[in-house]
Amino acid sequence: MNGECVTTTTGSAEETIALGRRVGRALRSGDVVALVGRLGSGKTWFAKGLALGLGVPDGVVVTSPSFALVNEYEGRVPFYHMDAYRLESKDAFVAAGLEEFFYEDGVVAMEWADLFPEMLPEHRIEVRLEVVDETTRRIFLTGRSNRAAEIIRALSMEEEGRSKEWR
Amino acid sequence: MILLGLDTSCDDTSAAVVEDGRRVLANVVHSQVKVHHPYGGVVPELASREHMRNIVPVVEACLSECGGDFQSLDGIAVTVGPGLVGALLVGLYYAKGLAMAGGLPLVPVNHLEGHILSIFLEEEVPFPFVALTVSGGHTSLYHVTGFGRYVQMGQTLDDAAGEAFDKVAKILGLGYPGGVLIDRLARQGRPDAVAFPRAMLDRDSLDFSFSGLKTAVALFVEKWSQDPARAASVGLHDIVASFQEAVVDVLVEKVRRAREATGVSSLVVAGGVACNSRLRARLRETFSESRVGLYFPSPRYCTDNGAMIAAAGYHRLRRGELADLSVDVRSKFPIQDDSTSQGKA
Repeated sequence: MNGECVTTTTGSAEETIALGRRVGRALRSGDVVALVGRLGSGKTWFAKGLALGLGVPDGVVVTSPSFALVNEYEGRVPFYHMDAYRLESKDAFVAAGLEEFFYEDGVVAMEWADLFPEMLPEHRIEVRLEVVDETTRRIFLTGRSNRAAEIIRALSMEEEGRSKEWR
Repeated sequence: MILLGLDTSCDDTSAAVVEDGRRVLANVVHSQVKVHHPYGGVVPELASREHMRNIVPVVEACLSECGGDFQSLDGIAVTVGPGLVGALLVGLYYAKGLAMAGGLPLVPVNHLEGHILSIFLEEEVPFPFVALTVSGGHTSLYHVTGFGRYVQMGQTLDDAAGEAFDKVAKILGLGYPGGVLIDRLARQGRPDAVAFPRAMLDRDSLDFSFSGLKTAVALFVEKWSQDPARAASVGLHDIVASFQEAVVDVLVEKVRRAREATGVSSLVVAGGVACNSRLRARLRETFSESRVGLYFPSPRYCTDNGAMIAAAGYHRLRRGELADLSVDVRSKFPIQDDSTSQGKA
């Protein structure tokens, strides 16, 4: 169960986007981000940030993928924004072809990833969003693989630097 | 000119035969809602293999309904996006096969253009008009100046309105489909019981945002369910009525602004959420004093259907906008204004 972990608090949707953007900058093709949190916790906001960090142009609107299951964006690498919310079984997950995107050239972010943990690759980075109040979210980034640890360590150093700046 | 229209962009497998983009000769939709509801939830019919299972019988049923066959067709219109790639592929490749075998023209259609033009299956709407397409997957406003001429004026920045209905229904444990159940329950509720937020964004914006509303309902329900006093004064039907009113307020206000900005005298509201009775009533009320013509397609043409794809395809075919067999699907497919761009699928 050991792995890297970094915890941050964001005070607005904009701050959640900014955090996602910093994570997105550190990602490369093959990375998978598992987004976990209840309805309205800010998963799509975080994914908007990931898209920006991955070089998806600012004018491209990243919307909820719940309905279409997968939205595809062109950044410096392809960005697949997926959602397991409407799927009720592993069979549905497989039948919808979501698995295939883990092997595509690009970065995957999956909302409601905790519904099918066994379907996600080991090297995923997990982003857990907790609702503190209407606007505040506590966000935990964790990962067990070397690749995930590398990203999280880099980010946690960056976050430390940022909090010093703020003081 | 008789076209077969196919749509496999999402849950439903749909086919229709339409003459001249107007007269529906047959319309068959294979929907999973009824099948899955008894098992307690959404089992999306998105899987390619499900569409594969359905598409041949759906097209056959459609042709036999109008007593036609492949020889009676002048072309095949098919949705190429936006939607789930795997699902879209089934419709497109089946259409390619038919086109090749029958030597028929293949017309690629944007699903959203289908929604905008669905009204023409029943009524003539004078151009220009403003169209609101509002469904589980989309919430957008367009300025429509002719067939193939659409300028997007606004869109949702996060959740679609129909998605908010489905998610709120899930939060409240109401089941699926959320839109229909909330519409029904809300009739017994007080729309002003809970002051949920209305994301109007800034004054000039025609964009939408429904994710904050969804969050507000989730937080409210959490407190409400643990507070007997509050639960006694506010009922479930009050919550859904208040939520629905918040969605409708925003939709009506944005439509009003879009009409004002363009000065058009016709408004078209299409897509699954256009079936919502409160939205229809409030729009009628808002524009009752004005000379604005309001157009709503019948429910069967509001939800996904092949007829609207055949209608949109007809106008493209007339303009000679055919595809060769290399055409591909697109998960994201913003509508382009044909008068300003050469782009086509």
